[in-house]
Amino acid sequence: MSDAESMDCIRLVELVTDYLDGVLDPDTRARFDRHLGECEGCHNYLQQLRSTVSVLGKVDSGQLDPAFRDRLLAAFRDWR
Amino acid sequence: MTVSTADEDSLVAALRLGDEAAFAALVERHTPSMLRVAGGYVASREIAEEVVQETWLALLKGIDTFECRSSLRTWLFTVLVNIAKTRGMRERREIEVQITAFTGGAVDPARFRADGQQWDGHWKEHEAPAPFPDTPEGSVLGDELLAVTRRELDKLPARQREVLTMRDVLGMTAAEVSALLEISAVNQRVLLHRGRAALRQTLEDYLKESR
Repeated sequence: MSDAESMDCIRLVELVTDYLDGVLDPDTRARFDRHLGECEGCHNYLQQLRSTVSVLGKVDSGQLDPAFRDRLLAAFRDWR
Repeated sequence: MTVSTADEDSLVAALRLGDEAAFAALVERHTPSMLRVAGGYVASREIAEEVVQETWLALLKGIDTFECRSSLRTWLFTVLVNIAKTRGMRERREIEVQITAFTGGAVDPARFRADGQQWDGHWKEHEAPAPFPDTPEGSVLGDELLAVTRRELDKLPARQREVLTMRDVLGMTAAEVSALLEISAVNQRVLLHRGRAALRQTLEDYLKESR
């Protein structure tokens, strides 16, 4: 693997956010994809990160403090 | 929490007619994230709650002129951050400080092979990540995982927490968050990257222990 074509794992983990946001330049993205296809550790790293994002998407469901909800609804009734 | 625009539009329409159930649904959906973001600007939970309440009242007062073209979520958080800033003492400069203050990488460098070794910069044999196990919704592990995630999110530096909440908890786009927080696209991504890396590490540690 020549330097121009390869990508280290330690480098890849710093590019994951750019990768997921689709802002890597085409050349870097191609090297990223090639590395991913060959490296189970990095493949798993990306899977872990995707799972992390998906868990984050659920953290606030059903978390509203009932006392605060009641205060907001009381404010709504006052307004109306 | 990704919400369809059509669904939100109909709630806004109902709110215009004074529908309390529509207000309750919107409050339920957005308030926990609003409290977390407000908490990054002000000194106490009490003040954060006041900021959130003031934001909801601002929406009610402006509901007749509220344009559905702009997303309600973006509107709410823009108003929230503005109110929080006037109530808080922290300055925007803090963002830059938090970005430059960081020195570590996304992953502990000790997990990679050292320079000069064969395959340097690649995962060490027993340090490579393993896939996360399934944690079905409603399962004990799933609930615990959410609690661990919430705790870690609360521990992040305020600006990372704010960006992570907007991007990953609320599902806003990179462009929306940069515009709303008046930070560059690059800084927005740096904050997101660090926040996600910290959360990933926490979940990896937690899931390894619970195996």
